[in-house]
Amino acid sequence: MDGVTFGVDKGRTLAIVGESGSGKSVTSAAIMGLHNPKRTKITGSIRLDGEEIATASPERLRELRGKRMAMIFQDPLSSLHPFYTIGAQLIEAVQVHQDVNKSDARKRAVELLKKVGIPNAERRAGEFPHQLSGGMRQRVMIAMALVNDPDLLIADEPTTALDVTVQAQIIDLLRTLQSEFGTAIILITHDLGVVAETADDVAVMYGARVVERGSVRDIFYRPQMPYTWGLLSSLPRLDQVGGGRLSPIPGQPPSLISLPEGCVFRPRCQYHQYVPDGRCDTVRPMLDEVVDGHSARCHLSTADKQRLAAERLVTTQKEGA
Amino acid sequence: MGTYIIRRIIAMILMLIALSMLVFGLFTLLPADPAALTCGKSCNPQVIAQNRIRLGYDKPIYVQYGQFVKGIFVGRTYGSGNATFECPAPSLGYSFTKGDCVTDLIKKAFPVTATEAVGACILWLITGISVGILAALKRGRWQDRVATGGALIGYSFPTFFIGLVLQYFVFFKFRIMDYASYTPFKDDPVAWFKAFILPWITLALVFAAFYSRLTRNQMLETLGEDYIRTARSKGLTERVVIGKHALRSGLTPIVTAAGLDLAGLLGGVVITEQIFGLPGLGRLSLGAALNSDLPLIVGTVMVAATFVIVANLIVDLLYAVIDPRVRLS
Repeated sequence: MDGVTFGVDKGRTLAIVGESGSGKSVTSAAIMGLHNPKRTKITGSIRLDGEEIATASPERLRELRGKRMAMIFQDPLSSLHPFYTIGAQLIEAVQVHQDVNKSDARKRAVELLKKVGIPNAERRAGEFPHQLSGGMRQRVMIAMALVNDPDLLIADEPTTALDVTVQAQIIDLLRTLQSEFGTAIILITHDLGVVAETADDVAVMYGARVVERGSVRDIFYRPQMPYTWGLLSSLPRLDQVGGGRLSPIPGQPPSLISLPEGCVFRPRCQYHQYVPDGRCDTVRPMLDEVVDGHSARCHLSTADKQRLAAERLVTTQKEGA
Repeated sequence: MGTYIIRRIIAMILMLIALSMLVFGLFTLLPADPAALTCGKSCNPQVIAQNRIRLGYDKPIYVQYGQFVKGIFVGRTYGSGNATFECPAPSLGYSFTKGDCVTDLIKKAFPVTATEAVGACILWLITGISVGILAALKRGRWQDRVATGGALIGYSFPTFFIGLVLQYFVFFKFRIMDYASYTPFKDDPVAWFKAFILPWITLALVFAAFYSRLTRNQMLETLGEDYIRTARSKGLTERVVIGKHALRSGLTPIVTAAGLDLAGLLGGVVITEQIFGLPGLGRLSLGAALNSDLPLIVGTVMVAATFVIVANLIVDLLYAVIDPRVRLS
């Protein structure tokens, strides 16, 4: 991992997008301090509300986990302990961080279950994860994450394992709760639809680095580098006539063990010939600010980018027609 | 749940009936005349004929089987007149080589075997599970290697070898204590302990080796589960993550294994009992087999089989208690 830089404010949502193996989940694990310390080394800085946590002691990280920053995962069934009732798992989460007795912890747990839309929360608290539906289980995970009112919620592909209809409900729920709790959310996903719907800011990851970062409008309407173009072109669109083929990005994502020299996207990039001196093969592009708050990692000149982006738009539309 | 248990108990009884018929079939298969085995040196045709009638061996095999089953419920009386001999219910027959009721012999031998098996089981569970957890937590480090190597040695050696080596060092080489023969606990607790400590260690070593491997693998598998990551992300201390969340699911299969292993041993620990001279079920059944004492063979086999079958049922029921996902039907 290299050059992963982003921030998220209270009440805002940052989406981290990228294909499998681009380093999204490793990044979130590193923030939570859940990475394997033997195999991972963090350099640089991770700050939560000003507190440096990249160098924090494991004990301090443990205190922050669940209290100041919480996480929900992709598969709620395997993420909940099969042998304990959901109530017990929530109560446990309350009692790690709050000095309350069991009945108060239980009240808080049931309150949160109600908030995430679990009907009969009282009774459901006594049930085991396998007795709930997938959507309900993810609601329980969300309740468990929010039970200590954290400042930051990391949602690692929270809807990937769910039915499409349930996905929308979960996303709605996250948005509602965010406005109520004022939580900052880091949403890790490869679903650009979810991004467009929920995110304020977007960080696009490729080859273990952030390759483009900006507001959701910047990324969707003024993408500044070929990988983001490719991502957007690979989406089906409703605003175009005809059943054109989706255009995938040719090639495979790079192995993170042997990254190419120069630009990591170079082997799959169709536009490198526009960059003089073969710099794409030799020089790692920096995450340069294009306009205020919008940066991208690309050697193309601004003029070339604008021209190519315009051409790309025309091609996609032609294909669609 | 209720109907499930009833169904299982019925199946259990049917299994025991089938098994008893099978074992009883030995009477006809064996070339030996059971009546001829009853009198040893004092045998002459008259005695044999008398004994045959007295013990019911003159009757056809199905009648004998019927008498055997009846004996379990109402007891059995052998012979007539002055020479009557009674084995009260539940009677499993009369051992002609031991000159005693099979049930009484088993009743006498069982506490010895039970003491040995249960003691060893406690010992191997404590050592096996703790070594296994340690190895899992220190995966790849020297603690893990020592545990893995030790386990390999542990279950590479047969019990008779471990037993004899232990005896050699404890009794002769270092003279840590003297050989103690079996003494009931209520007579002399110290002698009782001395008689059992080496058999316990012998048996426990072999099983602990297996259990430490099992525990290690279970723990490693569980520690990779998503819900362990969730537990950590909740901010639980590592002690709670491992001691509660991981152990709870990691130890479930170990309960099953322990239940079945213990049941197997309760039926008789043949080799260890023989080596240490413990008058348990294992020695009883070995003697029965060597002497072709058919009623005793049938009795000990039935008892051992009952333990295994009942343990299977208990383990299945226990599993439903431990794992809420298991629905018995």
